[in-house]
Amino acid sequence: MCSVCGCGEAQIVLDKDKAGAHAHAHGPHDHPHDHDHDHHHHGEDGAIDYGKGIAGAHVPGLSQERIVRIERDILSKNDAYARDNRRAFAARGVFALNFVSSPGSGKTSLLVRTIEALKERMAVTVIEGDQQTSNDAERIRATGAPAIQINTGKGCHLDAHMVGHALETLAPPPGSALFIENVGNLVCPAAFDLGEAHKVVVLSVTEGEDKPLKYPDMFAAADLLLLNKSDLLPHLDFDVGACLANALRVNPRLQTLIVSAKTGEGLAAFVAWIEASAARRAADMARG
Amino acid sequence: MHEMALTESIVEIALEEALKQGARRVTRVFLDVGALSAVEPEALEFCFAAVACGTAAEGARLEIARTLGAGWCLDCERSVPLAERFGACPECGRYRVQMTSGDELKIREMEID
Repeated sequence: MCSVCGCGEAQIVLDKDKAGAHAHAHGPHDHPHDHDHDHHHHGEDGAIDYGKGIAGAHVPGLSQERIVRIERDILSKNDAYARDNRRAFAARGVFALNFVSSPGSGKTSLLVRTIEALKERMAVTVIEGDQQTSNDAERIRATGAPAIQINTGKGCHLDAHMVGHALETLAPPPGSALFIENVGNLVCPAAFDLGEAHKVVVLSVTEGEDKPLKYPDMFAAADLLLLNKSDLLPHLDFDVGACLANALRVNPRLQTLIVSAKTGEGLAAFVAWIEASAARRAADMARG
Repeated sequence: MHEMALTESIVEIALEEALKQGARRVTRVFLDVGALSAVEPEALEFCFAAVACGTAAEGARLEIARTLGAGWCLDCERSVPLAERFGACPECGRYRVQMTSGDELKIREMEID
């Protein structure tokens, strides 16, 4: 990430507007020079100790170098942006869901159907994350819901900073639902909090019952599992019970719904889940 | 995997701290990476060299300490080693184990010049 605002190497493209294009300044750059001694510090008992945190203490004749304690989570930068997003969502009463899945699970079709079912009752805006193209945002816009595409370039996930930039342009209205469709990937998006109320993991019945065991982090991070493409079940040997059991093994608190973006099965339940969860979250916020 | 994004974050935090300390350059960065954190140390090292290039952390060495996975088994009522996330208790074979360590992803300290 750049040291100015945390932009990654990935270009953040909001539609045609390159919101991420600003100068990337780097810190002072000294060319490395060779030292003919080791860069560690000797304690009184002769022990070599890198961990004492002797910031500022020079050892004459030994080295100008010092060890400074940092003790920061590597993801702390992202988490700080996620907190900002979460605060912004709370202030405006926006209910944000982060949709994660492997590519081809039917996320976009599911979102299109869900928006159609929800839009009379609740305003919906969408952030679409993909490595390239704005095909998905265009599919969403066809429903009438405002959508913004973030192209992550080489990035395998959305991060909270990209979402923060997208929010400036998208400006989701108060009391609305914001659907964030993450990059299709069951690994990396699990680690990056975007500030959402819940992660919703979408798994399709063409994928295999053991996906929750193969990619446990994602199922552990999610609050709701949507088992999609249920219309295909008669043609497959997919064992729904085994799949749900695997998912509950890594996350006993996971809620589950069986849905089909094609036939609409289960979508009424999903819409009810969104409305109930949004209301509960708003009530929690009101109570502080 | 997301090692590239993590590495960008490591370099960014290191440069931020270096600036605070008035350091000219960063010579070593010490990380704690849990065995259950789904992060490959080799990939971090590879990405680090590329990301640090052209910054005050160029040429810095990455020292990665692997912390082992452990959890509390609710049935055995004791701490047990954990070989995989959400894995079974090696004693009783049941899955009622709460992970207590092994998913760390932390910059512990760094050496500056």
